[in-house]
Amino acid sequence: MSNRSSVEIFTEWDIVAARQLGRNEAKNSGFGTVDQARITTAISELARNIYLYAGKGKIEIERLSTDGMKGMTIIASDEGPGIPDLRRVMEDGFSTSGGLGAGMPGVKRLMDDFKVESEVGKGTIITATKWLR
Amino acid sequence: MNSKMRIIVNEHMDAIIEQWIELMKEEKGERFFHFMPQHLVEKTSREFTTLMTSNITEGESALNNERLDDFTEKVIRFGWSIKFVNKAIDNFAAVVFEMLEDEEVITEQNLRIFMGVFTGWINPLRESIIEAYSIKWEQTDTLQKVALQELSASLIPVVDKVSIMPLVGTIDTERAKLIMENLLEGVVQQRAEVVLLDITGVPVVDTMVAHHIIQAADAVRLVGAKCMLVGIRPEIAQTIVALGINLSDFTTTSTLRRGMQEALSLTNREIVEVE
Repeated sequence: MSNRSSVEIFTEWDIVAARQLGRNEAKNSGFGTVDQARITTAISELARNIYLYAGKGKIEIERLSTDGMKGMTIIASDEGPGIPDLRRVMEDGFSTSGGLGAGMPGVKRLMDDFKVESEVGKGTIITATKWLR
Repeated sequence: MNSKMRIIVNEHMDAIIEQWIELMKEEKGERFFHFMPQHLVEKTSREFTTLMTSNITEGESALNNERLDDFTEKVIRFGWSIKFVNKAIDNFAAVVFEMLEDEEVITEQNLRIFMGVFTGWINPLRESIIEAYSIKWEQTDTLQKVALQELSASLIPVVDKVSIMPLVGTIDTERAKLIMENLLEGVVQQRAEVVLLDITGVPVVDTMVAHHIIQAADAVRLVGAKCMLVGIRPEIAQTIVALGINLSDFTTTSTLRRGMQEALSLTNREIVEVE
């Protein structure tokens, strides 16, 4: 599909590449600067999670257009260790890596729709959507 | 076999060059053969073909590493892209092969042997070119990394007791470490009481960047100075709030100017206009 693009995450610099892609896509979709910053930050968080916890994975960005609504979806997928306790991950201040623990709940607040699918030992897929208003 | 080929190639050099230039002109995307003055094209082409044939015209012993290095160095200096150089070698080999066939040096009987001679001649040239190009790219890459590191994060003493660190660009783990080191060293050395961290040039403030900033500020507090975060753009302010990052321990301002005023008032000074 032409309205879908992706970046593989292997190194810390791929996070920057994913972010750049997201920012451009958001700009082209007509998002304002504040929403661009939100989307870019969300991608940054998700890509960093892949880099930190799974080692490698993929960030996909899809432009949406359904029922007159336009938007953008970020799909972060990896085949890492998975998340054992989803509820705790969504709590503010919970981190297993000594970070701030604001990433996952932060992304949820930055975006409009947010969904996590994770299976221990298999991997994680996070889907987050922002609608154009 | 080689000597025969050598003599023929030397004899037909002009024709080979001419044909080769014609072939190269057909290549799309490279402007060299179309927009350069004729005499320059002529000169460069002659140089290139001489280089190409040097290891057959001067005998096999001429093909040593030094020669190859010399060759690649000169080719790189032409400023051609690697794809174009590759094409140039291909075309040149094709022209020479065709010519040798026309002259009946290569016949159906000795084709196999000549293939071997050809591969032994062309392949080392190609390999050495590719290697030289990749080494050059690696060097550029390292140089840029060093250059980037040099311009990241210096602490600038602006007025007595006040220093500024302007942060520009992406903050990764390595830079974050550098920022912390420079910050602490600078604060002690410059006897700063207030440090302004300016993030106007940081495109994205995510939890990791925020975490590094908070840590840096904590460390600055430990060495007896106060850290202020300035240059927070409106959209960054919104994402920080959405992420739920707590920066209430800091003094923060939207611009460096207001941060500076704040810093001066903290050290009991102010800017006054003189008559």
